[in-house]
Amino acid sequence: MANHAQRDLLHAYLDDELDLVRSMELEDHLAECGDCANEIANYRALREGVQAADLRYQPSSEFRARVLSELQREAQPQPVIVHRRIPRWSWAAVAALLLLASGALLLTVTQRSESRLANEIVADHVRSLMASHLTDVVTSDQHTVKPWFTGKLDFSPLVRDLSADGFELIGGRLEYLDGHNAAAIVYQRRKHVINVFTWPTSESDAEPQVIAQQGFNLVEWRQAGMYYCAISDLNRQELTELASLLRK
Amino acid sequence: MEKSADSGQKLRRFEAVVLPHLDSAYNLARWMTRNTTDGEDIAQEAMMRAFRFFDTFRGEDARTWLLTIVRNTYLTWVHRQAPLQNSAEFDERLHTDIDSALTPESDFLRRATAEQVRRAIENLPVEFREVILMRELEQLSYKEIAAVTRSPLGTVMSRISRGRSMLREFIVGQKRREAKQHG
Repeated sequence: MANHAQRDLLHAYLDDELDLVRSMELEDHLAECGDCANEIANYRALREGVQAADLRYQPSSEFRARVLSELQREAQPQPVIVHRRIPRWSWAAVAALLLLASGALLLTVTQRSESRLANEIVADHVRSLMASHLTDVVTSDQHTVKPWFTGKLDFSPLVRDLSADGFELIGGRLEYLDGHNAAAIVYQRRKHVINVFTWPTSESDAEPQVIAQQGFNLVEWRQAGMYYCAISDLNRQELTELASLLRK
Repeated sequence: MEKSADSGQKLRRFEAVVLPHLDSAYNLARWMTRNTTDGEDIAQEAMMRAFRFFDTFRGEDARTWLLTIVRNTYLTWVHRQAPLQNSAEFDERLHTDIDSALTPESDFLRRATAEQVRRAIENLPVEFREVILMRELEQLSYKEIAAVTRSPLGTVMSRISRGRSMLREFIVGQKRREAKQHG
């Protein structure tokens, strides 16, 4: 088939892009012209080859998590800087106020960054339930979950089989939270899914603290250089129970 | 406070409408750049751009809209790179016409390994690679491809035709060489 315009039509026919009249004309032509029929057969075969090859690249879960966390960061409202002229007389008052306020300010700043983290954790937990992407490694065997993280993280997360205590180990997955890689260990109690997020921290140990956020309970604590946060729609008693089992 | 509620809502809407097409965005970026690191960078930047421009999204097809952004991000990225990359012309001498009198060609085409097909597509000049990808992997219609690439329908048609014929020549050429070596 020498004619280029015609050749394009063959592809449009193959892709179901021709209108009825033109495709009928082409079918008539194919019935008569062996060359063109052969050509169509070849391109059909090519397409079968391409589709059988399964050429799609899938994004890694680390990448997906990174995009999500970047989007969340982007969605945070930007701080607004207000320039206002301050009368001369008030400088002394300002200085006094500053002294008073600095203590309170420090407190609110840390509180705010904590609630941002809690937000992030809630969002991640919800996503893990919705996107049918709860686990990267599915197993109830702690000796399978733990080695799975080796080489994927620069720390070894705590994984415990607590089925005897009524917390079934479901699996684990990689996450990106609060600006670093995190492990999510997934447990289940009755129908309630629990994500336990963990990553290394330089801060000193802290007792479990319960936070309620958007209908979820979060229990966070720090132990032996690691930060932990368990989140679930489970009641706070049982979630705290899991925390104490993990801290043993 | 009102602003934060707005942006929270915007994020939720974005997660529902655009995020499901992250796979397609990454797939296209990965194929255009031909490596994972750059593919991830482009796809991520495109997602961020999409989010920033989400207010301008008028409810047309979200996938086509996102892929257009991926493609633009890629073009900007190529511009920033040395102009050496991706400017390779298709070398006609390496891909001469096939003598159809030999072994049935459709057999070769159907039996091409995934690796051979992958290499053949990677070898396509980018303007053909992108239309082939959108057609064969994303199953976009000609009209949608025309929208993403901002080119007339006729151009899309002829690029698909030309792209496929290059693919075919490349694969059959490889298979023929293989057959010769083994025979």
